[in-house]
Amino acid sequence: MKYALLIYDKPGSHEALEANERESVYREYFALSEDSRCVGGAQLGPIEAATTVEVKDGRTLTTDGPFADTKEVFGGYYVFDVADIDEALELAARIPSARLGGKVEVRPLVEQPS
Amino acid sequence: MLSSLVGFLGDFDSAEEATAEAFAIAAERWPRDGIPGNPVGWLVATARNRAIDRIRRERTLAEKTHLLELPEAIVDDFEETKIKDERLELLFTCCHPALATEAQVALTLRALGGLSTEEIARAFLLPEETMKRRLTRAKLKIKQAGIPFAVPADHLLPDRLAAVLAVVYLIFNEGYGGRAELAAEAIRLAGVLAALMPDEPEVRGLLALMLIHHARRRARFSGQELVLLGEQDRSLWDTAGIAAGRAQLEQALALRGRGPYVLQAAIASLQTDAEIDWNEVAALYGRLAEATGSPVVELNRAVAVAEAGDTERALEIVDALELPGYRYLYSTRAELLRRLGRRDEARAAFERALGLTVSEPEQRFLARRLAEL
Repeated sequence: MKYALLIYDKPGSHEALEANERESVYREYFALSEDSRCVGGAQLGPIEAATTVEVKDGRTLTTDGPFADTKEVFGGYYVFDVADIDEALELAARIPSARLGGKVEVRPLVEQPS
Repeated sequence: MLSSLVGFLGDFDSAEEATAEAFAIAAERWPRDGIPGNPVGWLVATARNRAIDRIRRERTLAEKTHLLELPEAIVDDFEETKIKDERLELLFTCCHPALATEAQVALTLRALGGLSTEEIARAFLLPEETMKRRLTRAKLKIKQAGIPFAVPADHLLPDRLAAVLAVVYLIFNEGYGGRAELAAEAIRLAGVLAALMPDEPEVRGLLALMLIHHARRRARFSGQELVLLGEQDRSLWDTAGIAAGRAQLEQALALRGRGPYVLQAAIASLQTDAEIDWNEVAALYGRLAEATGSPVVELNRAVAVAEAGDTERALEIVDALELPGYRYLYSTRAELLRRLGRRDEARAAFERALGLTVSEPEQRFLARRLAEL
């Protein structure tokens, strides 16, 4: 079964780390993406670079933002192919953001008919 | 039987439907053909076959091929141990932390307690529709989120077993306020769990704790009125129940159990002695507070300290606690103040406790105390 591990960072939590701590945290992220069960994922750019699109009555509205006024910001995700939710939850707990004031949401992917 | 099927089908609804069908077939055939040698095995096998029939009808060819590879159930070889393992797997599934606690409780009662949705709704004073939706949503989550029908891996087991025990104890506590059928059901579940995991001291600790509390249930009420431990008529205690509880406690201690449930059972056991050693009770609460970090446990320690004779010290413990809105904090504080002769403060605390209490017997108890001041 495939699960998306959606990472909600506490803004500034990674930047606040000492250089050597940050390096070891990034190694942890890298190790997860190198895991044989990892089948996808991405790290998102900063929320300051975000642009929002809405379509209303056929007109496209483009706005700058949203800005980081929330407690957590969606920062990236992994997709893992594992046996069950227990395995997915264990991987989620290994994501550094989860212990740096952020949260990881675990969602099953909808299986697409092949 | 349902658990056995769920383990096989990995799907609650199919298992429920297939079970119902199997019973219907049994009701028709058994009076005519006689009851089979292994009725449970027969029912499980029949339900499995029905479920496979249905799935064959309903699903796509690819899935059919997969299902045809499933082993055929052979009635005579149906093993009791297999049923046991599947019950345990189902219990861990129902109490999975990815489910909301209230859903865990409802699922456990439905799948392992054998209670109907209507009975569970009644026990929790909820409309049947609400309980039905709660169960449906939980079953859907099990399916969609890939919650496994399995006993967790060893490194996950302590946490997950704690979750199972918490659900069982929650069911017991729901019953403790008066709905005895829930308390009895919790004891039955813990008994099943103790049989399935005989070497886990905390399982036996919880079973002992509930047995001892339950054995005192007739003395806890006088008519509809609540009676405190010190004022209970001990002749109303179920001595066989207490003995059974103590036997479980001894086994837990023999397994070197020193966890929270074992400690609580030891306290409950001490409290059934003719002369209660309150210093020992207070010491055990002290260890329990260390193990759990719970202010509620500290509150209980304060009560034991008061019973041991040091009311002033007990009040100090209570006043150091942060339990805003917790009714027993105010009722305990009120009782201590009453004993110290500080009547106005006691009255204010009793009134505060009364305002926070929803249980009617507890309300009447507090009102009586207040009137006696």
